[in-house]
Amino acid sequence: MEKNDVILELINVNKSFDGSIVVENLNLSVQKGEFVTFLGPSGCGKTTTLRMIAGLEMPDSGQILLNGMDIAQLPPHKRPLNTVFQRYALFPHLDVYDNIAFGLKLKKVSYQTTNKQGNVITKTRKYTKDEIDAKVKKALKIVDLESFECRNVTTLSGGQQQRVAIARAIVNEPEILLLDEPLGALDLKMRKEMQLELKEMHKKLGITFIYVTHDQEEALTMSDRIVVIEDGVIQQIGTPLDIYNEPANAFVADFIGESNIYVGTMIGPQKVRFLGTTWDCVDDFEINEKVDVVVRPEDIIIHSPNEGKVKAKIVNKIFKGIHYQFTAMVGNNEVLIQSTVDHPVGQDISLTIEPDLIQIMKREYTANIYEDAYINKNNEVVFAGASWACDVTQLVEGATLDEKGYFITPNGKKYDLDDIDVIATIDMKDIEISDNLEEGNITGQIIQMVWKGDHYQLIIRTEDEEDFIVDTEWTWNESDTVSISIDSSKIKLKLKADLSKYEI
Amino acid sequence: MKFKRKYLSFPYVLFLICFIIIPVFFIIYYAFTNKGGAFTFDNLLKFFSDSTNVNVLLISFVYAILNTVICLLIGYPLAMILANKNYNRSSVMVMLFVMPMWINFIIRTSATRDVLNWIGISTGANSGLTTMIGLVYNYLPFVILPLYSTMLKMDKSQIEASADLGANRFVTFFKVIIPMTMPGIVSAATMVFMPTLSSYVISDILSEYNVVLFGSYIDLYFNQADWNFGSLMALIMLLLIGISVFISRKFSKDETGGRTSLW
Repeated sequence: MEKNDVILELINVNKSFDGSIVVENLNLSVQKGEFVTFLGPSGCGKTTTLRMIAGLEMPDSGQILLNGMDIAQLPPHKRPLNTVFQRYALFPHLDVYDNIAFGLKLKKVSYQTTNKQGNVITKTRKYTKDEIDAKVKKALKIVDLESFECRNVTTLSGGQQQRVAIARAIVNEPEILLLDEPLGALDLKMRKEMQLELKEMHKKLGITFIYVTHDQEEALTMSDRIVVIEDGVIQQIGTPLDIYNEPANAFVADFIGESNIYVGTMIGPQKVRFLGTTWDCVDDFEINEKVDVVVRPEDIIIHSPNEGKVKAKIVNKIFKGIHYQFTAMVGNNEVLIQSTVDHPVGQDISLTIEPDLIQIMKREYTANIYEDAYINKNNEVVFAGASWACDVTQLVEGATLDEKGYFITPNGKKYDLDDIDVIATIDMKDIEISDNLEEGNITGQIIQMVWKGDHYQLIIRTEDEEDFIVDTEWTWNESDTVSISIDSSKIKLKLKADLSKYEI
Repeated sequence: MKFKRKYLSFPYVLFLICFIIIPVFFIIYYAFTNKGGAFTFDNLLKFFSDSTNVNVLLISFVYAILNTVICLLIGYPLAMILANKNYNRSSVMVMLFVMPMWINFIIRTSATRDVLNWIGISTGANSGLTTMIGLVYNYLPFVILPLYSTMLKMDKSQIEASADLGANRFVTFFKVIIPMTMPGIVSAATMVFMPTLSSYVISDILSEYNVVLFGSYIDLYFNQADWNFGSLMALIMLLLIGISVFISRKFSKDETGGRTSLW
């Protein structure tokens, strides 16, 4: 990758709205002529990133380099970029022709002329009527709307409006074309058509495209490179093939395509245990480390019983056109399998998976750890914006509490634990959540949910932006508000400060 | 007998006939008859032969146009500020501008006169100015409300698109925001222009009868029991208002091609 091929570079870009972080420390560089897609669920910060590139939002900090020049604080009308908006944003008071010519009429071009002294100087002028006319006609031809010049934009169908919006952007010959979920409002068939046309346009025009979508299939179809964003942070950057075959973490695997995600344990070199069996794999992690295992449904092969590595029973079947999708149970774990061969529901089968198709990833979260917790005067532990009943005697082995709540160690010393710093650790399966908001100590919203074979892993975010990672067997919905409670005996505490300062 | 939906419209049709259709015919009848009830064009000839009549009409037009323009110049930026969530988080500000409309019109206008005299703008000596101030004060809410509701409905993305396509704030304002709020502007202008033509209480109270608008002029003739000439002038005003509505409709096509103007 040569440096001078980089057209756009984002360096440590941060943005927050009303105190909540939307984009966090984002770093990205885009090659000239590339088709880059920002992919992620709604609210992940992908649109905000695009809007910062367009100049419609200003980053709180960080640089946005266009051809090496920082444009982060430049207003949008001074940037040589154009945007295709999600809801088209056509001007209702102008017809198709004037909508497309809007940018051209404002644009100034530089030209060279010789002044009276005979020196060559550079002047700027506006486009002439004929030049504008030629450019608009050409743009209309590119988007296949040649006879629509005089039509009122409000009388056009969604697909036609979208074409006008694209023509209005590309007619200005931007250095980068930004597309903000441009096909989101179209029906499926139209969307597929436009995907191919956009791809074709990208090839023909040679302009760099930055495309935002939440549709993983769209991203896989169109992009040279995909940037998967979740929660304002880039999860993975790679070609569609890389992202699909080697997802960087459970979130990416779950978001892109269908996948089976399990919690596994490494039990030897290139050996992993999940689904109750030991499997050969091609990745190496530390022995006994807990890992996330991802297997794509189409990579699981169905055999007759006893032929495969692990026994299973088919419990559900859906016909999907070119293949069947089976749900099979291996013990308590659900396995999603895709196969072109039909099997009846209820049949006993066995399964094999090729070692190189078992994708092993480091677990992002192993437990909830709160480093900045402290004990209050009621001997409760405070973290994540709430106080929790806990057993403080575990801080020193054999310690007790006297009737006034002072902490007595086995050697008879007395301490007041008020305000002492501790580290609190709670296992993911020890957090109880409830839809009765009165029940728990604090409420939060489910922001992410990943199915891991026999349980869901949820991330619950409180109003103060504190996260709880919860393993649960029950089905919840993303963006549900739930209350959180923790059994006092399940909170593990560790002293962070020197206890002797708190002696009384 | 089966109840039909259209029976619900009967009270309104009756109302329209009694209070709109029949009165209009009365006006036409009186306008083209003399005191004895005989058909005549005398009233029409009398109107155009006396330059005073035409002058009153022209002055009314000048006041109405000035009032419309001033109200729009003050009301448009104000409505923009009110519609902007950054400046106006609750609707309290809108309330404050609309609230004068809740106070009795005569009391409000008399109070305006007293306030103006008190601060030294004499209603006798500066009757033109005080009338104008009174008109603007009274009609400003009628400008703000339609503009405010049009601006609330306006899609921010077109403004962003304009900036994205290279327009600075100035160009965006004149080439995108003004054209897109045109239905609101037309509504607002009509709501000020037409009532100003026929208003008479404001000019009577605030100019001490120095400024005579067309409304007061019509009132004068009806008070002197000359119903025929008064009717003719009312008819002329009806036609003028009809023409102005017809013209304004041309400008108030919204994005769906229909009319959003209130009139």
